[in-house]
Amino acid sequence: MHSEPIIHPEDKKISAYKIRRVVLDQSKRAHVGHIGSALSIAEIITALYANVLRIPDPDDPDRDRFILSKGHAALALYAALYLKGWLTYEQLNTYCADGSLLGTHPERALRGVDFSTGSLGHGLSFGGGAALAARLKKSLRRVFVLVSDAECNEGSLWEAVMFAAHHNLSNLIAIVDQNGQQAFGYTKQVLNLSPLTERWRAFGWNVYEVDGHNVEKITATITTLNTTFGPPNVLIAHTIFGKGVSYMENQIKWHYWPMSDEEYHQALKEIGAIP
Amino acid sequence: MRKAFIRTLVELAEQDPRILLLTGDLGYTVVEPFSEKFPDRFFNVGVAEQNMVGLATGLAEAGFIPFVYSIVTFATLRPYEFIRNGPIHHRFPVRIVGVGGGFEYGQNGITHYGLEDVGVMRSQPGITVIAPADHEQMRTALLATWDLPGPIYFRLGKDDKTTVSGLGGRFQLGRAQLIGEGTDLLIITMGGIASEAVIAAKFLATQGVTCIVMVIASLNPAPVDDLAEILARFKLALTVEAHYVVGGVGSLVSEVVADQGLPCRVVRCGVKTIVNGISGSQDYLYRTHGLSSDLLAMTALKALSEIDHRWMEGRTTECQIK
Repeated sequence: MHSEPIIHPEDKKISAYKIRRVVLDQSKRAHVGHIGSALSIAEIITALYANVLRIPDPDDPDRDRFILSKGHAALALYAALYLKGWLTYEQLNTYCADGSLLGTHPERALRGVDFSTGSLGHGLSFGGGAALAARLKKSLRRVFVLVSDAECNEGSLWEAVMFAAHHNLSNLIAIVDQNGQQAFGYTKQVLNLSPLTERWRAFGWNVYEVDGHNVEKITATITTLNTTFGPPNVLIAHTIFGKGVSYMENQIKWHYWPMSDEEYHQALKEIGAIP
Repeated sequence: MRKAFIRTLVELAEQDPRILLLTGDLGYTVVEPFSEKFPDRFFNVGVAEQNMVGLATGLAEAGFIPFVYSIVTFATLRPYEFIRNGPIHHRFPVRIVGVGGGFEYGQNGITHYGLEDVGVMRSQPGITVIAPADHEQMRTALLATWDLPGPIYFRLGKDDKTTVSGLGGRFQLGRAQLIGEGTDLLIITMGGIASEAVIAAKFLATQGVTCIVMVIASLNPAPVDDLAEILARFKLALTVEAHYVVGGVGSLVSEVVADQGLPCRVVRCGVKTIVNGISGSQDYLYRTHGLSSDLLAMTALKALSEIDHRWMEGRTTECQIK
């Protein structure tokens, strides 16, 4: 079904469409879930990897760092790494295979992944250390951490939030994927986070609310951030869980379920991959 | 041990700018030699140990060697998953420094007793685990290991005065250190309680029981070859630790005996259970748990008599060592 690259090798300019295409194709091929969480961040990943991150090479010590703290959306990250050319199509096709480096959560052993994640509540602390390290080394590199809204249930996240504000880690940029969904249902029903924007602001961060499905606005917001002076910055990105595939949008089962052939076909049609 | 640790760390930090010190708001009157000398390399991160270990992971990724400092339980148990998923999984040179192994914070109660830290840390492949017996051995151990690749857990005592007689500050990674000579009984110990074990051995000598005391400060890598070699020479080994009997040096010795199929009985002296709500001095708690030198000697004599009845003939049933 997918012996040929789904995206022309010469056409690797990152777009949210291509991220979604890889997410759908690989989820179907591997017959695994976590699809809704990955679709939710397609535009955020696109903005970061197409426009924002300064990564001349994944091994450059002075590169920007990116931490996918909501590690269960790793497939969207793999899609970006593939489109950047740091991951081959053959490697991408090992997603969830036995013995693969491409599991459902990202591993640092894979080139292009800065930190292994999978347990929620770790990434912002890693990022705080990475941002502090950049300051100690007098580097202008920045650290981006993508967290889920449900991850804000974790007390450890708020430890990191307090530390970053206390030390004015302006080079630390958090992005909250606020899709309002968590493993058992809506965040407002499981453990209410509202008012999330005010909470981050009260903890001393510069807070920016953005449409998490608008690549240009995400890019423009990040471009205006002061990452050399002042408080740390957070984007509250309003997103839709399962964005782009109507029957997945805001439906919790797509945190877990793989697609049937019919569902896959329908999904491809909806993202515009097939007529 | 903790003050000597900081003094040694200052010496190392003078040579190597990669060394940083983070504390979870503990170490008042202890960490100041470092914080005053290197104010830009010292961070009191507040009472937030999970974040402290996460920060250290991020710092280590950039090439630093962060030491994180707290009381044993707060340094190991609270951020345990962060240690596992952070420095251990990433193989980063973060140093977890826990102060107060065993009952050193006696009156503070169970929340402050370090009774399972060695067990939980040594169960993780990929982290070096070091529990020095006194401040001299601590210094040798720190100088020998501070720049190892991968993470290290240092279990420190508060006692900066007591030295273990006959140890002379010896340490070698993956090896054990022997004190005394004997053929009747092998005592194997770790941490500050080694001094009690040595006193017990001296008393046993007056009773005609000759002992070797083996000090294990390198719990991971464990001195498996040293243990296998010496355990093969004894019918009875007494393990002594201010730690639960599960997971620590008693478990380690039992593992070696089982793995090697050795005909040696292991009697584990350690903490079996905690009486709810009861606290007291370290000496009181050692007595309560059969870990004072006199009670250790009694346990040894009883165990010897079970192996060979002649040991108790003509001997006292009460020990008064101190």
